[in-house]
Amino acid sequence: MNPRRITVAYYTLVRKEWVRMTRIWSQTFLPSIVTTTLYYMIFGAFIGSQIAPIHGFSYIQFIVPGLVMMAVITNSYSNVVSGFFGMKFQHNLEEIMVSPTPNWVVVLGFVSGGVVRGVVVGILVLLTSLFFTHLTVYSFFVLISAAILTSILFSLAGLLNGIFAKGFDGISIVPTFVLTPLTYLGGVFYSIDRLPPIWRAISLGNPIIYMVNAFRYGFLGISDTPLVLSFGILIGLTVVLFMLCLYLFQKGIGMRN
Amino acid sequence: MNTHLALTITGLRKTYDTGTSALKGVSLSIAEGDFFALLGPNGAGKTTLISILTCLTNKTSGTVEVFGASIDTEPERAKTYIGLVPQEFNFNIFEKVIDIITTQAGYYGITRSSALQDAEPILKELGLWEKRNDKAMSLSGGMKRRLMIARALIHHPRLLILDEPTAGVDVELRRSMWEFLKKMNETGTTIILTTHYLEEAEQLCRNVAIINQGAIVVNEPTAALLHRHGDKKLEDIFLTLLQRSSTT
Repeated sequence: MNPRRITVAYYTLVRKEWVRMTRIWSQTFLPSIVTTTLYYMIFGAFIGSQIAPIHGFSYIQFIVPGLVMMAVITNSYSNVVSGFFGMKFQHNLEEIMVSPTPNWVVVLGFVSGGVVRGVVVGILVLLTSLFFTHLTVYSFFVLISAAILTSILFSLAGLLNGIFAKGFDGISIVPTFVLTPLTYLGGVFYSIDRLPPIWRAISLGNPIIYMVNAFRYGFLGISDTPLVLSFGILIGLTVVLFMLCLYLFQKGIGMRN
Repeated sequence: MNTHLALTITGLRKTYDTGTSALKGVSLSIAEGDFFALLGPNGAGKTTLISILTCLTNKTSGTVEVFGASIDTEPERAKTYIGLVPQEFNFNIFEKVIDIITTQAGYYGITRSSALQDAEPILKELGLWEKRNDKAMSLSGGMKRRLMIARALIHHPRLLILDEPTAGVDVELRRSMWEFLKKMNETGTTIILTTHYLEEAEQLCRNVAIINQGAIVVNEPTAALLHRHGDKKLEDIFLTLLQRSSTT
């Protein structure tokens, strides 16, 4: 395929995902807004007012970046895993597999769909937070690049889950038993600097810590982890997962018998 | 590389992870412009063969070339030549007819505006134009079959592969689909058809291959096959050959 045709194929994949997510907007965009609004109310306004400032910021200001990042992570992941597995389950994926669209374009198409949903929901959750607190931006570049890279990473992780999933159980196990615990323990609600040394050390093994802190740095200018290390981990994991997804597509693992 | 052949299959084998040997060294050549029937009982290996040609299933060994393009070394070029009408409905039933067609075109690098223009004559020919803005779930079984044909034709393939396209379709519609396929073939499209309706193969196809238990039992011109068996019906010849191949 020439570059023009590749662009059309890529646009088709992204458009299809956009149409799908907007058609079921009450399942794709709304839940995160409702959930984070509850977090803002309970942890921010009700309980948060009784908590001492963290690094000089009120508790709600401290948790907003983490909650936005949590929405970005879960939505990017679930968009790709459900979209891809749905196509596999209904055999719609064959429409793509019989076409000359190169594998790397298919991977990019699904990942872009995840990024679009992750970023849109992230923006909506961020706008909702303005009803509860005011926010300042310390570094646009850091917060945008952290959000986009995290979204790409978890879209790839969702694609990986979708490739290996053999049933609907397979697409719910990882989010429930891996993604949710890692996210909740990923420094969204607390600073790991306040943890006992052993728990701090254990927490540093959780990659989500680095993403949440990089994003928080973009807003507040504070981070529990070095920014360079956070972006290094983000970029490194993204490259590894992209290559892994591409390899699985080339071999047809989880797709071709 | 032979560009006069639409399809060249050499020593194709497929063994599934379960140990089932679905194809046992199939070799087959189909000339450009042919209307070719691939017949066989259920589980003979027809769908496995088609899935390998269209890159939906990995082969164990052997080579496949589509208009000279190997599915191993030039899969993208090989795929551009093929239009597939699978046995099972595999479109998204929540999408509109026109969206299913234009999305498929997009995967071939055809813009939505071009695909909309190209879709009109195809959908009209197949009697789906009035239904273009309906969701696929609202179509009847026959319409869904025709939608799959329309989708396979949107990128103007040189080789159209139909896996039991008339299964469950009423006689009238089946006849109209025959006419449509004949016209397609007359305009130069090479067609491979699998079917359990043997009169369909007899009526439409110039060449026929019978596959049983993963091996080609017979591969010759339909007329010659009928003549060699004393102008019996293809159905009788089919059953005789299957019995013979099963016992040997």
